[in-house]
Amino acid sequence: MTDATAARLRPASRPSLWDRIGQGRNALGLIFMLPAAVFLLLFLTYPLGLGVWLGFTDTRIGRAGVFIGLENYEMLLTDHVFLLSVFNTILYTVVASILKFALGLWLALILNEHLPFKAFFRAIVLLPWVVPTVLSAIAFWWIYDAQFSIISWALIKLGWIDAPINFLGDSTNARASVIAANVWRGIPFVAISLLAGLQTIPPSLNEAATLDGATSWQRFRHITLPMLSPIIAVVMTFSVLFTFTDFQLIYVLTRGGPLNATHLMATLSFQRAIPGGQLGEGAAIAVAMIPFLLGAILFSYFGLQRRKWQQGGAD
Amino acid sequence: MASVNIRDVRKAYGATQVIHGVDIRIEDGEFVILVGPSGCGKSTLLRMIAGLENITGGEILIGDRVVNDVPPKERDIAMVFQNYALYPHMTVADNMAFSMKLRKAPQSEIDERVNKAAGILGLTHLLERYPRQLSGGQRQRVAMGRAIVRDPQVFLFDEPLSNLDAKLRVQMRTEIKELHQRLKTTTVYVTHDQIEAMTMADKIVVMHDGIVEQMGAPLELYDRPANLFVAGFIGSPAMNFVKGRIKAGAVPSFETEEGASLPLASAPQGSDGRPAVYGIRPEHFRLTDDGLPAEVVVVEPTGSETQVVARLGGHEYVCVFRERISAGPGETIRIAPDPGLVHLFDVESGKRLGA
Ligand SMILES: Nc1ncnc2c1ncn2[C@@H]1O[C@H](COP(=O)(O)OP(=O)(O)OP(=O)(O)O)[C@@H](O)[C@H]1O
Ligand SMILES: [Mg+2]
Repeated sequence: MTDATAARLRPASRPSLWDRIGQGRNALGLIFMLPAAVFLLLFLTYPLGLGVWLGFTDTRIGRAGVFIGLENYEMLLTDHVFLLSVFNTILYTVVASILKFALGLWLALILNEHLPFKAFFRAIVLLPWVVPTVLSAIAFWWIYDAQFSIISWALIKLGWIDAPINFLGDSTNARASVIAANVWRGIPFVAISLLAGLQTIPPSLNEAATLDGATSWQRFRHITLPMLSPIIAVVMTFSVLFTFTDFQLIYVLTRGGPLNATHLMATLSFQRAIPGGQLGEGAAIAVAMIPFLLGAILFSYFGLQRRKWQQGGAD
Repeated sequence: MASVNIRDVRKAYGATQVIHGVDIRIEDGEFVILVGPSGCGKSTLLRMIAGLENITGGEILIGDRVVNDVPPKERDIAMVFQNYALYPHMTVADNMAFSMKLRKAPQSEIDERVNKAAGILGLTHLLERYPRQLSGGQRQRVAMGRAIVRDPQVFLFDEPLSNLDAKLRVQMRTEIKELHQRLKTTTVYVTHDQIEAMTMADKIVVMHDGIVEQMGAPLELYDRPANLFVAGFIGSPAMNFVKGRIKAGAVPSFETEEGASLPLASAPQGSDGRPAVYGIRPEHFRLTDDGLPAEVVVVEPTGSETQVVARLGGHEYVCVFRERISAGPGETIRIAPDPGLVHLFDVESGKRLGA
């Protein structure tokens, strides 16, 4: 038997490993995924792993720590500031997300109407998002200034209040102020994404519903909202994740004060780890965020699953 | 059920006027088809009847009521859209029940009407499916079901069959017509397919560039087209046209610009020497031994009939014969237009001449 015939016969009888890899879709898929997997491993898993590991040690800046098991976490459970920061984070995320959703949806609905200067208004809506967070945070810092606040000034001029509002000095005010700033910054993302979703709803559906006798509220309730629900799920998941992990706004505006009333888990983690030097404890706080984030992701995973009506053949 | 009366209706989008004064009277229970080439304003007119577009001028009456300022949901009309516009997140049953649920009809009545409509349309086994899980024809039927359940004054259809394949289209054509005979609801149906119009309509309205060219029973339009546009639009293959002059006299005839002489049954009064357009339908040619000699250009047998393009006196004519033809391209056949079925039109205005 010559080599040529042997080569021709072999795949038929027993495919070589190489042939099997070349033919199997799964094996080939794995090979193509390898670079991405390596990349992810290097840049995502390594820092994450390091963070988790640090959380189990008593590392400080300038001193390598030793493994201390769950001691950090046990300590956190009795740490009032940490527990307050968990409460703050949840409050901040829930209130800001609800407001962003409501206002964003409302804006998207308005922008979806036939407005004059539509493109202009859409550009305006994007502005808060285009401005770097730190810059807008500094602007808010001025807006919320105890003495020079433009809001206080305007309200005093209008005669509604007598003394400037202590925006960032009072616990409740400070919480409301940082939430307002976060909402302002987060609305464009929600509004523009939902607007894009609205534009994929064929106008004939609304026309059909009009002829079926639906009022504009009923059209919104029975057509627009259900058709938009998949996009709402995606957008709100992202919005919740961004809000939960927010750092910049708080850090510039209040640094967690007053009396830790606006300390979020992210800001507390940073404060303990870097200025405070307790790397292990800071890492433990950051790791404690993971269950919450995982919860949000799972929630959206089930929310995002294709509804029954989205399944089946395309048009 | 109600009549629909369209009086001098106009529509302009900004400065561009797209409907220029249309008058149509649709009797109670009538099946009227608006037909015309793309962009002539059929959909616009239909949407004005539905109330989805406002009316720039003139008035529309449904029954005795002027509906210009009546919102769509109070007009009591149902519309079947070209893309069906089924609610994708509702089952077939919910799609059909939507309008009744909105007006809070009792569940027993909803079930009864939905089941009845589903029975009529053969959708009973599909009631729990979502629109995505249906074929094009089934979706089309659901769209009709949604309209039927409403039991409206008027049905409006906007090219409901244009997304279906040829065979299904023929089947749905029959079904829609049967449905109309059963329900007797006044129907306005838009299509650009003149065969659909011919086969389904009680009355056809031929539109062109925002005006009504002619309105009448299908065969009336076929037998006596009012102008060149209708003559060319109704009938398939389209009518042959040739320019020339009328020659009155004892034996009237028509002399084409190329010099050929074609037969005429009669010449209109005082029309000797008048320039005109001679129109003859492909199916109104006969093969006879005493016909005019014509050179075969193309032969297209369809089985039941044979379509031939033949050159006669320098002009090409499309002819359709019942007979099978053995002659090939380049050979000569003898053809004769039936003089009694010839149409004459004015060159300038395109209007029909004589009777
Ligand atoms: N919103 C609009 N703004 C400006 N012009 C429009 C608008 N809608 C339609 N038109 C114009 O009005 C004319 C009639 O449109 P219409 O949709 O009624 O045509 P149609 O007869 O239904 O054609 P088709 O058979 O292609 O559906 C077209 O020339 C179109 O360009
Ligand atoms: Mg149209």
